[in-house]
Amino acid sequence: MLTITSIKNGIVIDHIRAGLGIRMFYELGLDKADYTVALIMNATSTHMGRKDIIKIENNVDFDVTMLALIDPNVTVNVIEDEHIVRKVKPELPERVEDVIKCKNPRCITSVEKYIPQVFTLVNRELGQYRCQYCDEIYTVGKD
Amino acid sequence: MLKGRHLLDPTDFSPGELDEIFDFADLIIQSPAQFNHLCDSSILATLFYEPSTRTRFSFEAAMLRLGGSVVGFSEPTSSSVAKGESVADTIRTVACYADIIVMRHPKEGAPRIASQYSPVPVINAGDGGHLHPTQTLTDLLTIRSVKHQLTGLTIGCCGDLKFGRTVHSLIKAASRYPDNRFVLISPKELRVPDYVTADLAAKGIAFQEVERLDEVIGDLDILYMTRVQKERFFNEDDYVRLKDVYILNAEKMRLARKDMIVMHPLPRVGEIAYDVDSDPRAYYFKQAKFGMFVRMALISKLLGAS
Repeated sequence: MLTITSIKNGIVIDHIRAGLGIRMFYELGLDKADYTVALIMNATSTHMGRKDIIKIENNVDFDVTMLALIDPNVTVNVIEDEHIVRKVKPELPERVEDVIKCKNPRCITSVEKYIPQVFTLVNRELGQYRCQYCDEIYTVGKD
Repeated sequence: MLKGRHLLDPTDFSPGELDEIFDFADLIIQSPAQFNHLCDSSILATLFYEPSTRTRFSFEAAMLRLGGSVVGFSEPTSSSVAKGESVADTIRTVACYADIIVMRHPKEGAPRIASQYSPVPVINAGDGGHLHPTQTLTDLLTIRSVKHQLTGLTIGCCGDLKFGRTVHSLIKAASRYPDNRFVLISPKELRVPDYVTADLAAKGIAFQEVERLDEVIGDLDILYMTRVQKERFFNEDDYVRLKDVYILNAEKMRLARKDMIVMHPLPRVGEIAYDVDSDPRAYYFKQAKFGMFVRMALISKLLGAS
């Protein structure tokens, strides 16, 4: 059994769909962190079967809405003195800039690199965003 | 107020604003000579980053018939674009010389970028497989003139619905009028993009996706034919396999209603047999003429010259 100690002060991102943890890890820039971080992949979960977890031993400040764009079902636990003092469920933002990359090879953003990648939320329930330029749909957790 | 506005998407203008353009186009159709000097001192720039005959000629003829002048390029190799200039820089420069800009570009969303950098109106004349709003104005004016209404119609779109930007634009625009329904006829590989059906579903608009034209042609008020465009395919084999899948001929026309009309953005490359041309329900060449008049109306309105 793999043992990872609990953290004293910091953040635990829980209920990450198995396989998406590593993407979140890189998006948060945790590969460059100079404090203790742990990425746990394929942990056993009663509700999810398997899940990923990220533990950060530091009071880092980051945009939780960005996490929702990768997996809208995550829970962010804020830890102080080894206790969860706050739980945050990130919400999908109405508009995101330079977070999602348009996957349509015919989109103008594929050649004019100075343009910001802008997506707007079109269906919160389905987690669907639309590219401002070509209308390509990006579905959170699937694309 | 349409003066100074851009037209990038067929829904950029409200149905009321579109009526304003169509009403003005009707006036021009009745008496074109009356508008010969409406845009006398204005310059239209036509920036065509990919080949076009009809749309470019239609815009140029429209501006010349209004008394204005035209500058531009018809292929990027003959311009600074060949040196690697960005869309933003090209537009900022061209806007110094022209009063209104028309852009066709192979990349989707390029005219939107242009509009973000342009102090003068930008008209999208087709961006990749995405949208073609002035073809939609042409189509709606044609339907309005023939059917005398834009509501309660069953509109069939047939052929390449995946890359057919005229179809995407038409569906988007026609779905704003009450009680229209859509029959989307194509092989599975060339169905409309997800965003189009997602939009229809979200608005609660009736549509069906089918693979056979002969099974549904009798239900239609309008049959909008499209060609399978070689330049939209990444692979020659797929193009050859799918190009002749849906061909309209006199035999299929016998299954259609007497008042159904056949439309096509042109050029056709075999998807409408020549034996359909003499059928009074074939409207595709008349449609091309409506295109020039509606572009005259559009240019006048955006320049505030009407």
